[in-house]
Amino acid sequence: MSEPVKTHCPYCALQCGMEIGPEMGPEMGTGLTIAARTDTPANASGALCQKGWTAGELLTNGARLTTPLLHGEPVAWDVALDYVADRVSALRAEHGPDAVAVFGGGGLTNEKAYALGKFARVALGTSQIDYNGRFCMSSAAAASLRAFGMDRGMPFPITDLAEADVVLLAGGNVAETMPPFVRHLSGPRLIVIDPRRTQTARLAWLHLQPAPGTDLALALGLLHLAVAEDLVDEAYVAARTTGFEEVRTSLASWWPERVERITGVPVYRMRQAVRALAAAGNAYVLTGRGAEQHAKGTDTVTAFINLALALGLPGTHGSGYGCVTGQGNGQGGREHGQKADQLPGYRKIDDPAAREHVAGVWGIPAEDIPGPGRSAYELLDALGTPDGPKALLLFGSNPIVSAPDSERVAARIGALDLLVVCDVVMSETAVLADVVFPVTQWAEETGTMTNLEGRVLLRRRAVPPPPGVRSDLDVIAGLAERLGHRFATDPGEVFDELRRASAGGPADYSGITYERIADETGVFWPCPSPEHPGTPRPFLDSFATPDGRARFLPVQHRPAAEEPDDDYPVYLSTGRVLAHYQSGAQTRRIAPLVRAAPEPYVELHPDLAEQLDIAAGDVVRVSSRRGETKAVARISDAIRRDTVFMPFHWEGANRLTNPALDPTSRMPEFKVCAVRVERLS
Amino acid sequence: MRLVVVGNGMAGSRLVSEVRARDPHIRITVFGAESCRPYNRVLLSNVLAGGSRPEQVRLLDASWYDANRVTAVFGSAVAHIDRETRHVVTDDGRREPYDLLVLATGSDAIVPPIPGVERAIPFRTLDDCERILQAAEKTGRAVVVGGGLLGVEAARGLAGRGLPVTLLHLAGHLMERQLDVEAGEVLGETLAGLGIRTRTGVIAAGVDEDGVRLDSGELVEADLVVLACGVRPVTNLAAEAGLEVRRGVVVDDELRTDDPSIFAIGECAEHDGTVYGLVAPAWEQAAVAADVITGGKALYRGSRLVTRLKAKSVELAAMGETQLGEEHAEVVRFSHRARGTYRKLVIRDGRLVGAILLGESDAVGTLTQLFDRGGPVPGDRAGLLFPGLASAPVTDSPTLMPDAAKVCHCNNVTKGQIRACWEAGARDVAGVAAATRATTGCGTCRDAVEGIVGWLCSQEGIQEGASV
Repeated sequence: MSEPVKTHCPYCALQCGMEIGPEMGPEMGTGLTIAARTDTPANASGALCQKGWTAGELLTNGARLTTPLLHGEPVAWDVALDYVADRVSALRAEHGPDAVAVFGGGGLTNEKAYALGKFARVALGTSQIDYNGRFCMSSAAAASLRAFGMDRGMPFPITDLAEADVVLLAGGNVAETMPPFVRHLSGPRLIVIDPRRTQTARLAWLHLQPAPGTDLALALGLLHLAVAEDLVDEAYVAARTTGFEEVRTSLASWWPERVERITGVPVYRMRQAVRALAAAGNAYVLTGRGAEQHAKGTDTVTAFINLALALGLPGTHGSGYGCVTGQGNGQGGREHGQKADQLPGYRKIDDPAAREHVAGVWGIPAEDIPGPGRSAYELLDALGTPDGPKALLLFGSNPIVSAPDSERVAARIGALDLLVVCDVVMSETAVLADVVFPVTQWAEETGTMTNLEGRVLLRRRAVPPPPGVRSDLDVIAGLAERLGHRFATDPGEVFDELRRASAGGPADYSGITYERIADETGVFWPCPSPEHPGTPRPFLDSFATPDGRARFLPVQHRPAAEEPDDDYPVYLSTGRVLAHYQSGAQTRRIAPLVRAAPEPYVELHPDLAEQLDIAAGDVVRVSSRRGETKAVARISDAIRRDTVFMPFHWEGANRLTNPALDPTSRMPEFKVCAVRVERLS
Repeated sequence: MRLVVVGNGMAGSRLVSEVRARDPHIRITVFGAESCRPYNRVLLSNVLAGGSRPEQVRLLDASWYDANRVTAVFGSAVAHIDRETRHVVTDDGRREPYDLLVLATGSDAIVPPIPGVERAIPFRTLDDCERILQAAEKTGRAVVVGGGLLGVEAARGLAGRGLPVTLLHLAGHLMERQLDVEAGEVLGETLAGLGIRTRTGVIAAGVDEDGVRLDSGELVEADLVVLACGVRPVTNLAAEAGLEVRRGVVVDDELRTDDPSIFAIGECAEHDGTVYGLVAPAWEQAAVAADVITGGKALYRGSRLVTRLKAKSVELAAMGETQLGEEHAEVVRFSHRARGTYRKLVIRDGRLVGAILLGESDAVGTLTQLFDRGGPVPGDRAGLLFPGLASAPVTDSPTLMPDAAKVCHCNNVTKGQIRACWEAGARDVAGVAAATRATTGCGTCRDAVEGIVGWLCSQEGIQEGASV
């Protein structure tokens, strides 16, 4: 490498631009210099967090997988591929095509996500494919789809936020999860809704601290106040929306004093929040996983969208609603067909026209495309059962750590006849696999990523992969070939096919090329032709609904699926710390990040700690109806007295979480369950 | 199964929604004496104050009944229950058969039997509310008789419309059922600042053209007189049908009367010796009754009472046993009358059994939830009353900060590392950032890093920015 290569960070959905050069940086030992790009708007000021600066360590790290493993023993690629293809064929012959399941990830490039969806439907003929984005973005996606007719996380460039007067962030901790995001919030007054006084809440002008699982009630209370105080933008509501009257009536049951009792948020604080939002010339309502990862996550997001619509924000210049997508390709990953109910271009798999179009690109009859399959948790929960899949092919995910009720999921995985894992390192799930394929990571590969704005970006190969390592695309093509299908392995070739498959769909990529992305440092979808400039703000003229209007939908609050009781008296909420990403498979192998956050912990209020006779640094047992885990106690008055918090980057926290699912999005209730906390002597 | 509900107010309409949400098949007929769709009585004080318009307090859309296959009969009072044949009979002669019957007849405003009282308007229904508003348009002065929760809200609403208001109250202090003496006095002072004159310990003897005549003979001048003298459960239907009635219709933990096919909920019901006059208990009862009616096993064990005043610029919450003094419980009290602040906690056996919070407070949500859940009260009582007291911000002065203090959270950089970096020659933020990555994440620590570098330079008499 002689010239620095422009690419993007491997981690979160901000996809900070970075340049990888050959010299040594202060993160000694990587052999590479990572510099922040200044041409990428997400981090244009040259920002990166510690995860980004140290991302190069995993390229040369000894933890790297470099050879396929069959039952734990190194084997040649052909041996491993032959074995998997034979076993898959045998299981299909015995049990039918749905006996083989595929599980993808929101960190995969668009090319991989597309190829994986096609591989499942065409080469395996299975309906059983879903991905970990179901645990991430599904509630916000479902709510946006039903309100706006389209789900593009933030339907505006991130730089628009800086011009706003007020930003309300419901259940997001960007100072911890994507620090450079904070630079876009330095202008507006920030209102943060979070049960914890997080790093982000500390930056806020106003922090509302509801009980876990009550964000929906809070949103209803805010909207009730907006109506009661005559703050509704009636002209906007009349011109750009439908359904407000029914919502208005539904709000009569959610007067603020009732909401105060449910949420614990004082009425006068709600009033301050609504008045500030309504008085703002420009304002945004944003939601994160805190509001979304609930068995009522879709309705919670809908309630916040209703608030934004009542105040006249979405689809106007300088204001709007957006969700803060989490995973690196959390946006693109939900568009191109690795989701159980979906085909490329954000098409619905049960839409006959969509099936015809995609079948045409794939060169198969439309009736050969399977129907919708199980959602992520339901898929994992069915593994190895009489009616469920017998084999699982896993790409870019680590459900042993990241799935809810994880011991149950581990038991299901243990009941499989065949587990195949593609990963960079020996994750907790890879350890259990019959076959492990070592695959390329960010700086070793080329492909596209779609960031939280809906901006399609180009990940470029900067270094060659270690010998023995191949791309997920090679694994897919290698298996497909053995099953009688030709799949492309060149990312550019795959992308061109993706463009054709997405053409005419909501997420239309057909006008986007690698060259354009490079020249324009990203292109916003939809972009239906090479001449089309891309669409930074898709809703300015009309929404993507049949009548062009946004839809208000009445929703009602209800309690969490599991509320505290005498046996499990406190709420558990889970979330992230700055130094780690997702299941920690990557970041827990990078020394500076481990120094920054070495071990799982449980955060509790000093008053709760006093009641439980727990001191800072004590090892405690946290148990729920589903399992138990140990963690070190951290005492902090930044959390509510009735709640404890655990980061989920280590195996353990998700043994406790509740797999109760949202009826629409099938999102599990990661953010609230009931636990007991005890000091271990 | 045929379910008939008598009463389409807060309790009756809630029950109907709750039953329908649980069971799509039960045949439901609901009779309402008022001629309009159910509305949220809690919000009437907002209507009086001008915040909400009458159409904004409806609980259900007109289309709801058809969409949910519920027969609603408006403006038709049930006059008789025929328990033998299981029918209700309306005052216009309609007979409706039932398998299960729910009485949600609510309560009536008490109108004191004093001369001229017909000149006054009770404050109870949406119709009352509209009459008061019409009268308020062409009036100069208003008197509200009754200084309970509703009377205070009515007085505040009328004062907010610019009327001079006098609030007359029989007891020695306002809201005496919810407040202790001092809180009642502080509330009176707060109301005074909003243009409401409060007279306590007075008896209204009559209403005449010029206002309210007190029993002392004094005239309190008024063009508009509003009555908020409390309510009385409507139980005549149940009594006439031979059901057990004390103050309210007596019900068990399933909300059943002594006739197992007849339930009673809301303000007309008496459970375990208590008749509740607030919405929250009525809705809790509606949920339990709906569950029992649809075959569930829910039980009602009574409600915890939280009273929240809905009046602009007057924040007041009162819950539980607020009157208790030091002789009966542990009491924590803070009073600052000049600012309209009064806070009181009543603690017994380590549990919060009562509280008063007057004046804006971030403690209100926490305390309400602690009271509702009956959880143990933390040892730090002051921290409960004054959230944030314990977490006063630590100084981030570079001089006082320990070396181990984290300055840049995004890149995990301590003050000690910045000092080491300075000692190695960095003399400005850019130099520190290049070596440690401090300030390169969210950027909010820039001032702190600048401060530390500046302090180190000034300590050593070195010019800032002169990197070596």
